[in-house]
Amino acid sequence: MSNHINDKGYYGEFGGAFIPEMLYQNVEELRQNYLKVMADDSFKRDFNKLLKDYVGRPSPLYFAKRLSEKYNTKIYLKREDLNHTGAHKINNTIGQILMAKHLGKSRIIAETGAGQHGVATATVCALTGLECIVYMGEVDIARQAPNVARMKMLGAEVRPALSGSRTLKDATNEAIRDWINNPTNTHYIIGSVVGPHPYPDMVARFQSVISEEIKWQLKEQEDTDTPDYLIACVGGGSNAAGAYFHYLDDNEVNLIAVEAAGLGIYSGESAATSALGEVGIIHGSKTLLMQSKDGQITEPYSISAGLDYPGVGPLHAHLYTSGRAEFISITDDEAMKAGLELCQLEGIIPAIETAHALAVFKQKDFKPTDICVVSLSGRGDKDLETYINYFKTDNGK
Amino acid sequence: MGNRIHQRLKENKKVLSIYFTAGFPQLEDTTTILKKLTESGVDMIEIGLPFSDPLADGPTIQASSTQALKNGMTTDRLFEQLRNIRETVQIPLLIMGYFNPIFQYGVEAFCNKCRKIGIDGLIIPDLPVDVYQENYKSIFEDCGLSNVLLITPQTSEERIRYIDSVSDGFIYMVSSASTTGAQNGFGDEQTSYFERISEMKLNNPQIVGFGISNNETFKQATQFSHGAIIGSAFINHLNEDGIDRIDGFIKSLRP
Repeated sequence: MSNHINDKGYYGEFGGAFIPEMLYQNVEELRQNYLKVMADDSFKRDFNKLLKDYVGRPSPLYFAKRLSEKYNTKIYLKREDLNHTGAHKINNTIGQILMAKHLGKSRIIAETGAGQHGVATATVCALTGLECIVYMGEVDIARQAPNVARMKMLGAEVRPALSGSRTLKDATNEAIRDWINNPTNTHYIIGSVVGPHPYPDMVARFQSVISEEIKWQLKEQEDTDTPDYLIACVGGGSNAAGAYFHYLDDNEVNLIAVEAAGLGIYSGESAATSALGEVGIIHGSKTLLMQSKDGQITEPYSISAGLDYPGVGPLHAHLYTSGRAEFISITDDEAMKAGLELCQLEGIIPAIETAHALAVFKQKDFKPTDICVVSLSGRGDKDLETYINYFKTDNGK
Repeated sequence: MGNRIHQRLKENKKVLSIYFTAGFPQLEDTTTILKKLTESGVDMIEIGLPFSDPLADGPTIQASSTQALKNGMTTDRLFEQLRNIRETVQIPLLIMGYFNPIFQYGVEAFCNKCRKIGIDGLIIPDLPVDVYQENYKSIFEDCGLSNVLLITPQTSEERIRYIDSVSDGFIYMVSSASTTGAQNGFGDEQTSYFERISEMKLNNPQIVGFGISNNETFKQATQFSHGAIIGSAFINHLNEDGIDRIDGFIKSLRP
């Protein structure tokens, strides 16, 4: 059975489009057109050209020698951190801005948590001259000031989400409400493989360039295009979806999804959706989400704003329940130590999200001959303050 | 099939329907509000089951939902409050809620509970019509529940016909492309949309919701429809005046 989306918009039992009728026309327009547009030659040409000349692709697949020696296995890092704007997020926003243009939209909205997707969206709006409004929780605006400033410099309007917990989940709600109120001229650029069908599949396809490159890059270096392990962190799950995409139905490749355990899975301060979540509906998708027994969506916690989401994309819910991927939870402390280790062994400061994926090597034994590819989803510049504060305290000992 | 909704809509009178969020302003206000609304002459009531993430709602109903949850409202609590409601309230009652809390309760268990209490219908804005038809329609029918579906100015004629064919009770006609919230008046665009739908001669009557706040908008909304739903304006009234002056507010809507 394929692990890709079926013709009804589901991965196994997960996915679908659980949206109010007010959004139907917009989502349906996208559903009917996205595959057609993506298959269009001029679209492909524009997309590939921008990925190459503007984003800087292909991103290197780097053999991390000292890290490999330390863990006695072969570790490759897929360097999405070297993309323009510093993370994998821009692969998707480039694709979606071209999609918006093909659909004749003039106004772009987006949600953002830490601000990475907001910056990537503001960037492509500046590139194409489209109006850009980014919704961001009031709490996140306060703790991510540099990214707010970047979005504004790029010409975007940043609107605070004032409802609920005032974080990513609420920013997403506000963006959806904006879309309801602007049903004809607006395209909503969702930042992850979440939301109603066709978003999870569309975003996964735009991110699939990651695994497409891994295939030929690995072949060049190891004479095989098949790694033994693919390791990626999962918040909503877009970098993982991109890294897995061309290997989803290749069962020789072990997929490892790394979630944020926060202060500990059962501490009450966690974002480990696979362990803590139940099947439900969030942001238009049937998936696993953290919720009360009454079906109220609960607040997640992680030191990493990018993993601080109470749900997970429907693809990942399917990979978890079917056993296709192994899910591992990493605490704040484990992630921060792994992040510092990469700095000191390889001279790369990773985003804290990515640091969760790197912490797997302390949790799990790999054979010396195993080829492990880690999706290095983003760079840590945005997290410097968090790193500095963390290692100032006793936690960092 | 013939629940209270069908009976009421057979009468040749414009229906005034009120939405309120259960558990707001105070946790135990639910039955008091229901009784006061009935006594003041409203024709139908939608009881809002509060949700943490109400996507289709504007700030007024969002805030009332947040407060209701803070007050301790839960699905079980609401059913407990409504247990004996049919001893005093005879008008049609619907529950309006988002799908996730109903899904967690179990759709079948939820519908059975509604049947026992005497709820006449459900409005679940994020349960798509095709999922309803495929998975849940027979459960609703077994429980005598109307499932009320929404249409908007953007809904195509073909889809309106489809929704009409699956609907039972009435069609919830969203007045404009917006989330819920009171507006000052309807323009020509909305009036012509109301008229266009009216001329489609659908099987189910239409009741207009979103943006109705006073006598003027009520009259505009019901010129070409069978009734109108007032939600945010009523929540605003509760915010300002509490639950003591409900009668005066309702009378001002339909003097």
